Amino acid sequence: MSVTLLEIDNLSVDYETARGDLKALRNISFDVNKGEIVGIVGESGCGKSTLISAILRLIAPNTRFRSGEVRFKGEDLLTRSESEMRGLRGGDISIVFQDPMQTHNPVIAIGKQMTDIQHRSNATKAEKLATAAKMLGAVGIPDPELRLGQYPHEFSGGMRQRIAIAMALMSEPDLLIADEPTTALDATLEVQIIERLKDLQRDLGCAVLFISHHLGVIAELCDRVVVMYAGAVVESGTVREIFHNPKHPYTRRLIECDPGHIKERARILPTIPGEVPDLANLPDGCIFRDRCDQAMDRCAQVPPLARLSEGHNAACWLNHAEEVA
Amino acid sequence: MSPILEVKDLQTSYGTVNVLAGVSFTVEQGETYAMVGESGSGKTTVIRAIAGLAPAQAGSVKFDGQEIRGVGERAMRPLRKDIAMMFQDPTGSLSPRLTIRNLITEPYKIQGMKDRDLDAEAKRLLELVNLPAHFADRYPYQLSGGQARRVGVARALALEPKLILADEPTAGLDVSVQGELLNLLNDLRERLDLSMVIITHNLNVVRHVADRMGILYLGRLVEEGTTEAIFHEPRHPYTNCLLSANPEPDPDARLDRIALKGEPPSLVKRPTGCEFRDRCPMASDICTQVPHWEVTDGHGVRCLTPRHL
Repeated sequence: MSVTLLEIDNLSVDYETARGDLKALRNISFDVNKGEIVGIVGESGCGKSTLISAILRLIAPNTRFRSGEVRFKGEDLLTRSESEMRGLRGGDISIVFQDPMQTHNPVIAIGKQMTDIQHRSNATKAEKLATAAKMLGAVGIPDPELRLGQYPHEFSGGMRQRIAIAMALMSEPDLLIADEPTTALDATLEVQIIERLKDLQRDLGCAVLFISHHLGVIAELCDRVVVMYAGAVVESGTVREIFHNPKHPYTRRLIECDPGHIKERARILPTIPGEVPDLANLPDGCIFRDRCDQAMDRCAQVPPLARLSEGHNAACWLNHAEEVA
Repeated sequence: MSPILEVKDLQTSYGTVNVLAGVSFTVEQGETYAMVGESGSGKTTVIRAIAGLAPAQAGSVKFDGQEIRGVGERAMRPLRKDIAMMFQDPTGSLSPRLTIRNLITEPYKIQGMKDRDLDAEAKRLLELVNLPAHFADRYPYQLSGGQARRVGVARALALEPKLILADEPTAGLDVSVQGELLNLLNDLRERLDLSMVIITHNLNVVRHVADRMGILYLGRLVEEGTTEAIFHEPRHPYTNCLLSANPEPDPDARLDRIALKGEPPSLVKRPTGCEFRDRCPMASDICTQVPHWEVTDGHGVRCLTPRHL
């Protein structure tokens, strides 16, 4: 029986702006089990970054939590004090950010940065340095002891991202949040990072919340997938259900659009016409209605995220065909 | 007919850093040529050197039969009418304080074409890239990434160039809109008989637009051929690695991955022998020798142990 580690329950988050409330996240619900890799996939403006900042409570001043809970090991993080949150961040929950060129302090040697973040440990400085070297080795940096004295600019982009992963995993977190960790990297390095992350996850057994817009990476790495569009979850399920049996038109179209999917040279590539709706001025009904080629009258009402089979949910009326509207 | 662009043994160094170590390729009239390479391979330097925006110490760049390498800014300026650049960062390459109308008609002003009806031109260009006419009054911050790209395309097309140099035209775009831009480029090229050089690190993207492609590694072409040939019978192990480094959107995809070891070596201290050998899964003793560029059936490769031969 899998144990739930993180539960996002009906989470809604607004940003207060001059144009009115921007409804960045609406009724988000999903779970992450212990030791599981869950992928969040979605395009620009779908709310991926807001979701991460909401989980970590690293929020902009104009953020308003409107409803819901973020439960970590059963306790709601949204009611925790700031000092309790500080204890969690970089402890039980850690994060790898998108841009490896900007995550490290440029004027402090890597070894010092890696010992500084072990400030909670009572180990001696030498022991901390040894841990740092061990982690660098674990992420495949050659000659780790020698490289501890070097500065971020002396490492390549791929190495810096691996160092960021090493630092995030040093506290042996229960949950690692990876925010587009491979987007800034070349394809060959992306593959290296993913394989490394898979190995480390297997060794350490931590759960990973992996955020990406790259379907190929999600398909390869994740156990379960949550598909987001314009601040809402439109579909969630096991990686096979999502990729082989997508039940939401957005998921289906997104997979079709991925050029990795199109094996023969095509003169006209598939696209999803239209734009993401304005979240400060939400349209009525299904959020994807304006861009959906299967939209019908019923889509004027918001479809619920309904359970279709064990572990597969989708928010689309097409899956309710037999019922009376 | 002579090629629209003929680049021969182009070399660029910044101080002791040898960025381009002799790049040669040609682009025929109406052809789309993709230059594929990873960070630091020198791909951006190639097109910047062609456009006269980066130095090139040696070699030759012939545009429409005319030598343009090192001709200087004064001689280059009228040529920029015929050679248009599309820059990588869509919003960053547009001045935030100019309206879209001013941005896409700026080339006419720079080239002193004062007799043009700029409003009419702006309308024509927006229509060409499928943007509504009222976008002329917008500012760059009011555009999405995909729209900003299309403004970049409109601006590049303003002076009816013969050759377009596009730097990562789909980088940073969402998958659902990146197809739109590629469709637009394909369409424009057919309608306007454009020749294009596209720089990218994404093989999946160029598969659908390029006629021929070159694979660049450490400032040297390691393989060149038709898009079909590169995808179906890659000969250089590096090309193989690039092709297999593309995670597929299918959890059951059989991974027959050729892992690439390590990271690109330093340009300051180029490896001896075959420059790819330290990372090559096929490397053997013979690779301490320098491989030469060999072409069979229009398919060029720089490797001592090529595949499919």
